[in-house]
Amino acid sequence: MRSWIPLLLVFAFLVPATLPASQPALPNADDPVLEARLNTLAADLRCVVCQNETLAESRASLALDLREEIREMMRAGLSDTAVVESLVDRYGDFVLYRPPLKPLTYALWGGPAAFLFIGFALAAAALYRRRAIPGTEDISPDTLAQASRLLQHPDSIPSGSVTEPTSPSPPQDTR
Amino acid sequence: MIPELGQFATILALVVALVQGTLPLLGAQRGEQRLMALGRPLAQAQFTLLLVAFAALAWSFLAHDFSVKNVAQNSFSQLPAVYRFTATWGSHEGSLLLWTLILAGWSAAVAVFSRQLPPEMVARVLGVLGLVSVGFLVLLVFTSNPFERLFPIPLDGRDLNPLLQDAGMISHPPLLYMGYVGFSVAFAFAIAALLSGRLDAAWARWSRPWTTIAWTFLTLGIGLGSWWAYRELGWGGWWFWDPTENASLMPWLAGTALIHALAATEKRGVFSNWSVLLAIATFSLSLLGTFLVRSGVLSSVHAFAVDPLRGLTILAFLGIVVGGSMVLYALRAPRMVTGGSFGVFSRESLLLGNNVFLVAALGAVLLGTLYPLFVDALGLGKISVGPQYFNAVFVPLVAPALFLVGIGPLARWKQADLPDLMSRLKWAFGVALVSAALLPLTMDGINLQVTLGLFLALWILFTVLQGFALRTQHYQGSRVRRLFGLPRAFWGMQFAHLGLAVMVVGVTMVSNYETERDVRMPIGSHVELAGYRFVFQGVEEVPGPNYLAGRGTMEITPPRGRPFTLYPEKRHYNASGMIMTQAAVDYGLFRDVYISLGDPLEDGAWTARVYHKPFVGWLWLGAVMLAIGGGLAATDRRYRVVIRRRKATPAAATVPAATVPEVAT
Amino acid sequence: MRRWIPLLLVIALGAFLYLGLFLNPKEVPSPLVGKPAPEFTLPVVGRPGETFSPAELHGQVWLLNIWAPWCAICLKEHRVFRELIGPEVPVYGLTWKDLDREAAPLLARDGNPYVKAVDDVEGRVAIRYGVTVTPETFVIDRAGVIRMKHVGPITPQVWEQKFRPLLRELRA
Repeated sequence: MRSWIPLLLVFAFLVPATLPASQPALPNADDPVLEARLNTLAADLRCVVCQNETLAESRASLALDLREEIREMMRAGLSDTAVVESLVDRYGDFVLYRPPLKPLTYALWGGPAAFLFIGFALAAAALYRRRAIPGTEDISPDTLAQASRLLQHPDSIPSGSVTEPTSPSPPQDTR
Repeated sequence: MIPELGQFATILALVVALVQGTLPLLGAQRGEQRLMALGRPLAQAQFTLLLVAFAALAWSFLAHDFSVKNVAQNSFSQLPAVYRFTATWGSHEGSLLLWTLILAGWSAAVAVFSRQLPPEMVARVLGVLGLVSVGFLVLLVFTSNPFERLFPIPLDGRDLNPLLQDAGMISHPPLLYMGYVGFSVAFAFAIAALLSGRLDAAWARWSRPWTTIAWTFLTLGIGLGSWWAYRELGWGGWWFWDPTENASLMPWLAGTALIHALAATEKRGVFSNWSVLLAIATFSLSLLGTFLVRSGVLSSVHAFAVDPLRGLTILAFLGIVVGGSMVLYALRAPRMVTGGSFGVFSRESLLLGNNVFLVAALGAVLLGTLYPLFVDALGLGKISVGPQYFNAVFVPLVAPALFLVGIGPLARWKQADLPDLMSRLKWAFGVALVSAALLPLTMDGINLQVTLGLFLALWILFTVLQGFALRTQHYQGSRVRRLFGLPRAFWGMQFAHLGLAVMVVGVTMVSNYETERDVRMPIGSHVELAGYRFVFQGVEEVPGPNYLAGRGTMEITPPRGRPFTLYPEKRHYNASGMIMTQAAVDYGLFRDVYISLGDPLEDGAWTARVYHKPFVGWLWLGAVMLAIGGGLAATDRRYRVVIRRRKATPAAATVPAATVPEVAT
Repeated sequence: MRRWIPLLLVIALGAFLYLGLFLNPKEVPSPLVGKPAPEFTLPVVGRPGETFSPAELHGQVWLLNIWAPWCAICLKEHRVFRELIGPEVPVYGLTWKDLDREAAPLLARDGNPYVKAVDDVEGRVAIRYGVTVTPETFVIDRAGVIRMKHVGPITPQVWEQKFRPLLRELRA
């Protein structure tokens, strides 16, 4: 009997190598559909204790509890909005990583568009000024620079010694 | 003894910085050559002193001198030597010393590589850098002494935060600081230009290579930080819109805008006021980042320990630097429009457009980062602004800028021909659009996000190729020869723009096609994901130098090619008791396989997460290409020629005009 | 005038940053203040078979303190409850996540600072009270409405400044 053992051991190692490994691993969650819903929702929520992690990422113990709480609410048939609302009732807007649109956050959501608008308004003004400069066509930048230098510091720098003339456009860009 | 030597060197450096920050500036104002000439030796002396201070601190860490508070709090007898060295900058105090050392290093570099500049300019630049250094040295000496002793001497240290015990920690902070602090040179040039009243093409030319090099370092630093988070935080995320990350992204966006604005200022003398403002803003944002991370004003995953007094000192310093330069700007910025005129559609106007989008994106990041603070300060409650907000506002602002990347380099200065450009680019546009629309169908159906991302990437790729074709068609000789005859600045630009395309592919693919499984794995069980088969072979205990690891063995059979094994770990650090997830990654050009170990179950089974991340490596590949582009552009011949020339004829203090080749960037 | 705009922006930003230095980003106000205390029924620690629910205290002003046996600051706070607060106002305890079942022996040994301490071993009731860290204390009025939430331990000074005036008002 004993002499069989080594052979059995050899087989024990051979089996996984030749056949597909025994059983497929089970999903960590009992209900993968609900878990997917939970994860989508939790990605938008802040783990309140860990400060800068989402509820989906965090492994803090309170985060695990909160996820379980959400699972239970979902099992009880609450909609996503109802789940989020009940969390906001307890923890405030602080838990929402996507700040809701309300008067307090108008400036937050409108800000970027406003920056773009202001930026383009300023750029357009600059373009308009450029076109309105009469006769600047052929004044090279260093001449202008020297002029402005002389206006402010007539005696600071020996003129004509600093910049090189810059040709207005690279010759090879177009045909 | 050694720590005291370090402290003494720091105090001496403060004295030197004070002199460097006053006398050369005075000299430049009065035109006294002797005072001006002090700048160079003082900058080098300051650098040497800080090098001594830094070496003293590093020695204290390496030699386990737990009588130094900083060492006791951030090191441990079992900590490996390489992390003892990196722990030198693992704390607030140590990182401030590194910051100051790097600042002195940049000043010394300016002192060495500025032979071609007029002495007034050098004196002013070094003076301004000296003043900035004074601020940091005051912090170091009076509020954040890294050499403070501790009594009674503890038997052992509290260990470096395990998150910081990673290869990324070796190079990430120094590179990031090289970037942050490097912008101080651009800042100093801007202030010097305002002081002298000379905001011209020459100023832009001088500060441009410095700006580009700083930007290159910052790009690498941010890229490495992202890679570090990817490997170290255990779930394979690469960007979290955390305040600290935003603090590094803001100067990067401003710096990117600055590089482009300086191109126009150098070439055409236009936008000089705007460039000056951007140079000030870029460095100010670097300082703001330091303040945000160190003051505890915003909560962040990697904030340093909080101390309100320290926050106040940094804010005061920030206020002096930024407020002072803004006052100077208001008083001294030229009141007239500089440079020549240009058309509504021209290289200049496109660069202006690029700046509008970049600055708007910067504004959005700043707004989102600080909004919770605004709301709180006004007593209106607490809110959170998270990744969803930033993704929602950032993408629409950056996508048009990426589209402009395709057009800008092909447009002529002064006045570009729109119909001509449109007929040239119609094929690039059409092919990019059609391929981008069709490619998602080969995956899992229509996906507009993927289409947008791939379109932008292909558009950039095609237009970059077109740029090479255009630049080589009019010269004599073979095309390959002509290609390599193109100036480095042009190569740099093309490389960096291609890097953007590569990065866009990475972001698009990994955010849309990443798959993961979260499973309970008994020993010998398997899980399949994206054609890969993972077989779990159990977890064994493996002792590390200062931790005990549970090391899992996962055998992986890919759809094609050889099977391989990965070893994800769960580590328990001896000193802090912290438990860390050390993910195992198999890197690939087209995908990463990423495994992170969860928690133990019964009978040797564990929970585990396995991820398949297509194209994720392209994110960092793109960052490296951006950096290579920056490196090429900063070492263009027109900058090198100037230096070499100066060495040959050291007498004159001017830029030799005729030797500088004309380059379109 | 236009060139002064950047300075104005910087000053405004600086003012906010300055104010921010004196705020704590980790201190989150509770939206539960002004709302009825969430109802629950939980077993009482150390008294098998007995349960407690807030409804029993209708018509009284009382404190609910969330604590845990593994929380050292909470145990320090117990002395303040025993010596200073207990005589003035009834304090009830919500024992959070006592997975190792240490609460009953601990209270028996050191003296129970609570009128009753309930056992929330799964931590679910604490979540309904929006718990973030222990200890947290709620002041609940006669109508069963939460009037204040204090995060962190109650020191005699905090008691004097924050709690006493409110309790006087609630009882008036």
